[in-house]
Amino acid sequence: MKMKLCGVGCGRLGTLAGLGRNGAAALTLPGCLLYTRTGSAPHLTRDTLQVVGGVPAVAQLTLPTMAELHEVLEEYKEGAAKFIGMPDTVLYCSLLDPVAPCPSGYNTNKTVSLWGTSGRMELTASKFMDIQRAIQPDWFQCISDGDTISGEVSRKRAKKSVDRSLSFLDVCLQLLEKSPELQGSVMFGAIEGGDILEERLRSARETAKRPVGGFLLDGFQGSAMIKETKLQLIASVTAELPEDKPRIIHGIGRPDEVLECIERGVDIFESFFPFQVTERGCALVFSYDYHSDPEAAALKQNGAQDVEKNGAEDQDEISKADPEMTPFEIFLKNKRYQDDFGPLLEGCTCYCCQRHTRAYVHHLLVTNELLAGVLLMMHNFQHYFSFFSAIQDALRDNKLDQLKKLVFKQALQGPANAKPGQ
Amino acid sequence: DSGGFQMVSLVELSQVSEQGVHFRSPYGGAEILLSPERSIEIQNALGADIMMQLDDVVSSTTTGPRVEEAMHRSIRWLDRCIAANRCPQQQLFAIIQGGLDPALRAQCLREMTQRSVPGFAIGGLSGGEDKDSFWRMVKLSTDLLPRDRPRYLMGVGYPTDLVVCVALGCDMFDCVYPTRTARFGSALVPWGCLQLKNKEFTKDFRPIDPDCRCPTCRRHSRAFLHALLRSDTAALHHLTVHNIAYQV
Repeated sequence: MKMKLCGVGCGRLGTLAGLGRNGAAALTLPGCLLYTRTGSAPHLTRDTLQVVGGVPAVAQLTLPTMAELHEVLEEYKEGAAKFIGMPDTVLYCSLLDPVAPCPSGYNTNKTVSLWGTSGRMELTASKFMDIQRAIQPDWFQCISDGDTISGEVSRKRAKKSVDRSLSFLDVCLQLLEKSPELQGSVMFGAIEGGDILEERLRSARETAKRPVGGFLLDGFQGSAMIKETKLQLIASVTAELPEDKPRIIHGIGRPDEVLECIERGVDIFESFFPFQVTERGCALVFSYDYHSDPEAAALKQNGAQDVEKNGAEDQDEISKADPEMTPFEIFLKNKRYQDDFGPLLEGCTCYCCQRHTRAYVHHLLVTNELLAGVLLMMHNFQHYFSFFSAIQDALRDNKLDQLKKLVFKQALQGPANAKPGQ
Repeated sequence: DSGGFQMVSLVELSQVSEQGVHFRSPYGGAEILLSPERSIEIQNALGADIMMQLDDVVSSTTTGPRVEEAMHRSIRWLDRCIAANRCPQQQLFAIIQGGLDPALRAQCLREMTQRSVPGFAIGGLSGGEDKDSFWRMVKLSTDLLPRDRPRYLMGVGYPTDLVVCVALGCDMFDCVYPTRTARFGSALVPWGCLQLKNKEFTKDFRPIDPDCRCPTCRRHSRAFLHALLRSDTAALHHLTVHNIAYQV
């Protein structure tokens, strides 16, 4: 795996080359991973996924599902990539699923707990490595204690997360040397420490001393940490890390937060966000076209038209929208889209926008058809991947500020479906 | 399709009169009237290449005077549908009724074949009646239908029934079975079907059918599909693709 950065003034624009079994794959940075569930892009078969533009070269597998398949994979012997039908895809195995909540308070000095469909699984470092040997991923997150995100975390608990994670890391590095199945795999060290700067710095410095292939900024998931603290910590952590190794962050998905993290030295993100948008019956419609006038673009995409349509709004429809909904999306189940014969997003070249209308997707959602999820996932993935492409372009053109302005303006506008003044 | 079958499937929420079928919505109780004219109006708006008449459908296990009433009404509704059709390029099919009574079916056939329609459907079957009565009604219908018009046997069906009914002279079929059973985790194979949610497939690394050339069988194993069924709808899509390939 080779990291090539484009040089000063371009942020961390670059490429991670030499990936995969035959070293032919590459990930452009800053970039994201393809989110999967049991190795499948949600709602999509291989054929439908192939129609989506810009699919990243690296896919994310989550350990809880793979752990439940440990025995199966051991008997299969040929690794998870082949088992899931993606033999040529570069796979990254994260410790947790970004979408599944992880109950707090179960980790110990020697074990970490994961939750799958059959309940809780307690893993030691040794068991963890057994499972990775069966998965044979290209990249994987080293087992770590990231249980510092559920609010009120004491200094003591933050310190423990660092101590335990370093201890796990050292054990796993030793086990890695003795694992022929994992000789081609790259282990990422997890940086913990909760919201305590001292601990974060200690974690970063100590982890950087170990021969890991990359770094994982963990414990920044959720909404318990104050925004300013989160951003300061991320910047402080990456400042301690070597330039030539990739930095992944977990749990960050919103476009505004992605940009903030990129500015602070993060390279790789997950793509669970477009999946969550899909699950709540929404479509991403935010603009990342920093070339045109930000004022006009933002209004056009999100809404003067959408907001104006609010005349005889059915209050019930609005309140049924998921409270997690962001200003970057529209809730297609809303009655206002019943006879809206435009595409999900004007100008979008995805499969759904080229062939179908908002009215049709609205109908599919109302009648609970599986096709709604398929079409929305295709659109949301493509839009999100195109966003990362735009970030790379903006870095190249030295226009990241314009892109930021555009995205942040849309972040402030409030949901496109809201009544004026709400 | 005209919406006629819902008279049976939603019998609790519907009431039939000469005018049409009154349906009551289970969400809020709003009433709609589906008349022959309204059904054709909607089918015209949808632009369907093939349209079905609105027929008076009774469950195939119903007995008594209701069956005869429905048969006669279906003829009258056929005439109303023909009159209401504004788009001659859309092909309106008649639907033969008469339940499991040979005399009633024959009477319906004699009447409906006098109307000028581009095709005939055989209706009111495939609803749980015993097989012995089922195939006899199919044969009676195909014996009396013109040879130069398509015969569409509605709601059929299971693989065995398809083979038998082709032999009896039917041309067209429809059935939710392959796709619905896929959505329940069931894959169709020449020797039956595989309930992929079952534990026996956990470590079965063979494809659903080694002789099948569909995308699912070329790329995925039973074990993978078994695992995927627990976590994502993509599994249902894989099975749907296979079952349709099998059906075709």
